[in-house]
Amino acid sequence: MTSTVPRLVEQFEHGLDAPICLTWELTYACNLACVHCLSSSGKRDPDELSTRDCKDIIDELERMQVFYVNIGGGEPTVRPDFWELVDYATEHHVGVKFSTNGVRITPEVAARLAGSDYVDVQISLDGATAEVNDAVRGPGSYAMAIRALENLAAAGFADAKISVVVTRHNVDQLDEFASLASRYGATLRITRLRPSGRGADVWDELHPTAEQQVQLYHWLVANGERVLTGDSFFHLSGLGEPGALAGLNMCGAGRVVCLIDPVGDVYACPFAIHDRFLAGNVLSDGGFNKVWKDAPLFRELREPQSAGACGSCGHYDSCRGGCMAAKFFTGLPIDGPDPECVQGYGVPALAAERDKPRPAGDHSHGRRRSGPVPLTLTVYPPAPPQRSCNESPV
Amino acid sequence: MRGLLIVSAPAQERGAASSPAEFDPDHAWRLHPQVAIRPEPFGALLYHFGTRKLSFLKNRTILAVVQSLADYPDLRAACRAAGVEDSQQGPYLHALGVLAGSSMLVPTDEEERRA
Repeated sequence: MTSTVPRLVEQFEHGLDAPICLTWELTYACNLACVHCLSSSGKRDPDELSTRDCKDIIDELERMQVFYVNIGGGEPTVRPDFWELVDYATEHHVGVKFSTNGVRITPEVAARLAGSDYVDVQISLDGATAEVNDAVRGPGSYAMAIRALENLAAAGFADAKISVVVTRHNVDQLDEFASLASRYGATLRITRLRPSGRGADVWDELHPTAEQQVQLYHWLVANGERVLTGDSFFHLSGLGEPGALAGLNMCGAGRVVCLIDPVGDVYACPFAIHDRFLAGNVLSDGGFNKVWKDAPLFRELREPQSAGACGSCGHYDSCRGGCMAAKFFTGLPIDGPDPECVQGYGVPALAAERDKPRPAGDHSHGRRRSGPVPLTLTVYPPAPPQRSCNESPV
Repeated sequence: MRGLLIVSAPAQERGAASSPAEFDPDHAWRLHPQVAIRPEPFGALLYHFGTRKLSFLKNRTILAVVQSLADYPDLRAACRAAGVEDSQQGPYLHALGVLAGSSMLVPTDEEERRA
């Protein structure tokens, strides 16, 4: 009966009237300085959207029937109007899922969250032990996240998410993460490490090895039913039967997902904060709806994409060439293999001469790390602030 | 045919959601009050604010059925009204059963129906 109807994935590739999944980074301010931060966050941008601007965006999202937004940052809860905006969104039928390192999830806040039907909380944790986590997210960040999970559980908040970026150092801890999640009545969510933002500086040393990718794939096939992934591992789908990996296996950038940044710039996806993927600005380009529907970049992304160098590969239908942002930020051609291509085509591409683009914006505290990055697990000691304005914005 | 809908991954273990009612296509059903529908060219998106679960209706006919459920005494009548003859209803009833199983649809209670 539906044989004449194109597959859903193909229809999604032509774009939808509104995004399914919208990420909204509310602020670049952050109390942490994770080495792999996608948005190179740290300091607040002076041109951050005002409370009124944000409410106008929420009104538009309600009209477009964007059912929920994924709010992140930076650390979104450090915005003084954060809870006001969360309440405004949920009153306007825009559900909120927000990502936090836990800094503001006190027992009082947890109790308040437990009282809402429309708010979901995602606590970021990149190690099942403090040693592994704090090497990436900074000293004390493991304890902070666990305290937040404890507060949520104690307040009766059901089904928080523990959000893990899979790295070379934590890929062996997936079962431990799952136990941690069940201990707090939470759901585990694991996503792919992207070479975006500061992630570009550490990707070479942190991304899972080829053997670990296979291990991850099998873990996902065995445990996928209980684990959320944001469908971010579609580059692995060529490792097995089509459909073995749950979720939509396609790049949704500009088609079903996009990102609004703290100053109202709209990017094709949360992993692509760079001029190359900038579609427009909600303030200067006539609002979010107009950018989503008419931005030349988004129209281009909704056109049929060339399989390029992957055209002759039998797995192209499974992985669709992988992640556009991962290719772009590792300096690989967009119409070629993913740097973590499971057929191994990314390896020679990475070994060849390549020019890695620098992120367009950088809100990091102090200077970015430069030069070679240590290959062993190191817990970075807290650096004394060079100037008072480099201190945590919290 | 792979089916008329896709139901997103694990929301079923969400503690807050009540367990789904037993599926009976001869009963009247309606959309859960916390479910919103967004029509799209391919069919529609369904979102349940309680379970945070997203489903995709994969054509316009199943969308028409889901949108008109409240007007009919049972699911077979709703399908028929959308132009799906009894002999073709299998995939539709299956899809509706999956929606009921994820609490997207709830049985209409008798009092409500008579009111």
